[in-house]
Amino acid sequence: MDLAAQLPLLLGLAWLTPLASFVAILFFGPRMGSHGRNAAWVATAAIVTSLVLSLTAFVVWLGGHPVRAVAHGGHAAAAHADANGHDAPEGGHGEADDHGSDHAAAGNPADDSLSAGDHHAVHGESHTPVAYAGDWYTLYESGRLRLSIGYYIDALTVLMFVVVTFIATCIHVYASGYMHDELHDVTDHEVTLADGHHLHRAGRFPRFFQALSLFCFSMLGIVIAGNLAMVFIFWELVGICSWFLIGFYYERKTASTAANKAFIVNRVGDFGMLIGLMALWGALGTLSFSDVTTPGPDGHEQVTPGLFSQFRPAETGHALQVPDGMVVAAAAEEVAVIAADHAAAPADAAGEVAARIPDWRSMGMGRWLLFIAGVGIFCGCVGKSAQFPLSVWLPDAMEGPTPVSALVHSATMVAAGVYLVGRFFPVLSPDVLLVIAYVGGITLFIAATIALVANDIKRVLAYSTVSQLGYMMLALGVGGWVAGLFHLVTHAFFKSLLFLCSGSVIHACHTNDMRKMGGLAKVMPWTAYTMLVGCLAIIGAGVPFVIGLSGYYSKDSILAQALSFANANPAHRILYWAVAGGAFITAFYMFRLWFMTFAGEPRDHHVAEHAHESPNVMVTPLVVLAVLAVVAGWSLPGGLGIANLLEQARPAGTAEGLEGGFVFGQSLVFPAEHESHEGAVHVTATLTAFATALAGVALAALMYLWKVISPAMVTSVFRPVYAFLAGRWYFDELYDLLFVKPVLGIASLASGIDRGLIDKLIDGVAWSARRLAGFDAWIDRTIVDGVVNATAKATWSTGLKLRGLQTGHLRQYVVFIVLGTVALFVLASLAFRSAVGG
Amino acid sequence: MTPIAFAPLFGFLIDTPVSIAHYLVVGGILFTAGIACMATKRNALGVLMGIELVLNGANVNFVAFASPYLASEGSRSLGLDGQVVAVFVILLAAAEAAVALAITLNFYNNHATVDVDRADDLKG
Repeated sequence: MDLAAQLPLLLGLAWLTPLASFVAILFFGPRMGSHGRNAAWVATAAIVTSLVLSLTAFVVWLGGHPVRAVAHGGHAAAAHADANGHDAPEGGHGEADDHGSDHAAAGNPADDSLSAGDHHAVHGESHTPVAYAGDWYTLYESGRLRLSIGYYIDALTVLMFVVVTFIATCIHVYASGYMHDELHDVTDHEVTLADGHHLHRAGRFPRFFQALSLFCFSMLGIVIAGNLAMVFIFWELVGICSWFLIGFYYERKTASTAANKAFIVNRVGDFGMLIGLMALWGALGTLSFSDVTTPGPDGHEQVTPGLFSQFRPAETGHALQVPDGMVVAAAAEEVAVIAADHAAAPADAAGEVAARIPDWRSMGMGRWLLFIAGVGIFCGCVGKSAQFPLSVWLPDAMEGPTPVSALVHSATMVAAGVYLVGRFFPVLSPDVLLVIAYVGGITLFIAATIALVANDIKRVLAYSTVSQLGYMMLALGVGGWVAGLFHLVTHAFFKSLLFLCSGSVIHACHTNDMRKMGGLAKVMPWTAYTMLVGCLAIIGAGVPFVIGLSGYYSKDSILAQALSFANANPAHRILYWAVAGGAFITAFYMFRLWFMTFAGEPRDHHVAEHAHESPNVMVTPLVVLAVLAVVAGWSLPGGLGIANLLEQARPAGTAEGLEGGFVFGQSLVFPAEHESHEGAVHVTATLTAFATALAGVALAALMYLWKVISPAMVTSVFRPVYAFLAGRWYFDELYDLLFVKPVLGIASLASGIDRGLIDKLIDGVAWSARRLAGFDAWIDRTIVDGVVNATAKATWSTGLKLRGLQTGHLRQYVVFIVLGTVALFVLASLAFRSAVGG
Repeated sequence: MTPIAFAPLFGFLIDTPVSIAHYLVVGGILFTAGIACMATKRNALGVLMGIELVLNGANVNFVAFASPYLASEGSRSLGLDGQVVAVFVILLAAAEAAVALAITLNFYNNHATVDVDRADDLKG
């Protein structure tokens, strides 16, 4: 078996195992041991199987495509694929065809004899990434529309599989300890019933693991998806899973509201995503990432060029261009004129349209469509990754159990948005990238400032997540593809670590409020010091130019790319300041959190006395994640590291810089990412990162460890600012005023119309129908029934009267017969006489 | 009603040769006697006898009407139609008598008498 067959098999199984666990727990969960105790084992076994399969795929990948160090200044050294026979360079199919219509792959007839089914490797030139793509199953096919379950596997996919399954495994193990309350009946002290008692309900242990498994399945589905339609399906599945899990304690009003909020806010983003999907499909006729080979009607294989090869065709050196389909869609009027001119010979018209495409493209036709498609897809990512202005759902999502927060905030859900931007990166035009960069920059700043004043330990982490996601989006937006995704991976490790630590703290203290904590390092050292590792990782601690924790590498590369972008586009220097300022704020609030929780003296003795270290099943994942939070950024001698692995997957053509832009009235320059590794930029960025982080930690220590500066005094000096931040920039209130209230108003108006007008009308119709029916019944009872009854009564009385004749006396009968006969004779003779005589 | 009263009606029978009319009168007398017997007898067997009289009165009529003097010109029949019907009636009368006697026996079983006035089972 070659890689093209092995990888889809391994990753496909890794993807489907959690689904099997979900189905098993769905049907048999409550019967798995007492109160479904064994559901945790089933779900954990499934995710461990996935992890093993993913790791196997990872090793297989490394065996086939060894990772090499990237030479600065050169092209991304994507490892050359071994010759597995599928020798179809990506660009070979992209020859000028306009509507994305099918056309036979005449260029490579020799490939038809190969036996590997629908796999075909996209590889070849030095700067195209190695990717294996294909379809497992076609859901629906009609005309140009083709929805399929497919895969697109490159280094990024494999890496994400490992990260997701690994973190999910840790969280499953941790949750099997954390959720033990659900193993017996639970009295929920946060829910007071109408009779004044607290809610008492059965435990929901299996339900939790069931949703967790579905969550993993959905996330892996997004990662492995081979086309945008499939991404969308699993995108929505992730949404519904988050709804299940955030609303796990659905009897609590806050939890069910938070779940609904997360779901509805995500729908807003998904609406944009649908527009993007329609723009892409309507213009290009495909949603597949890579080229799709299908058996054509004449028996030859047909190759439909995928999104990547339409946007970055090989013959232009993978430079981004408006695809032919979009140009033609934008030039619909001109196409109609040409079609009218050549009404007799449609083939000529098609030829002329094809010939004019370059002209139209140089006139700028279709670039708006390109912009809309990119921004539309990004809208979905804004919702999923909680970016400004749709960031409001994420902090509320803290209502879910802490393991869920850890999963949602690190490897699934929010990662999906960043992942999709990364996957979709080659299609994004300079204007879209600038939008992404600004959205990321605004998000990271807003979220970081709110985190400064939050007192709920989980909310600090939640805002920190939003802020870090802003970092990733900004990195992608300024052209740092590797930087953004690198940070996604490292962040997944240290953010899940931080959340699990906070869960451990909450588990021990039974409160989320940091003002009641303090001095916990003595009673729960494992939690305290693993959390310290997480804090150091998130602020990017390290010895400059020597070694550091994982965050050091990823954050430095983001900072460097932002600086590089700022140097190329002085107008957008503010993005760099946002990143640098954000780094300072991050360092401050993370260490504020750590000092308030673990350092100093206990503030609340009641809490401190009850605090205890968590059980081993919870501490072990912390230690494992802490180790990874340290080493995830390192590169082994020889170049094996996450950054270099990502370089392998770098989309074709993105190693060079990008220039252009028309929407914002200026040309943008996106410097190539390797330029950010060069001396001046790199040194400045690293030193800036180090200085800002150090300053943040120092300030936090001054205020909360050594208490040189009183936080209360700072608060009172900046009271309006503090109130503004504590009010979370009043986003919720603003949205409440702008959207929720008007919607509720319209809804009550509609319900008023419904009740006052429509219901009244229907009631009136019903009333008159009733009256009419009553009248009808009266006619029926009196007239119709009367006639029938009268007839019957008359018959009855006649019968009774005639009955007297039947005396039963034989001799009487004889007399009657005789008299009757005589009477008949007399009558007959009289009648005869009158007839004859008369 | 005295016999004198019938004299103008039946007097011609005395002074005319025997004809079909005479037969018919005999049949009529039989028939009437039968009816009277049926209507007056309380004994069930008496009633049955009356029935026999009625039937035989009819038989006399059939035979009388079978007279060759009444046959039309060119008739193709043997001239025995009346006699044949009379034989049939005798046959029927025998069958009827058997059934009627069975009824009478049952009547007696049920009521311990053959007085038809003692039962009114046919009362409606």
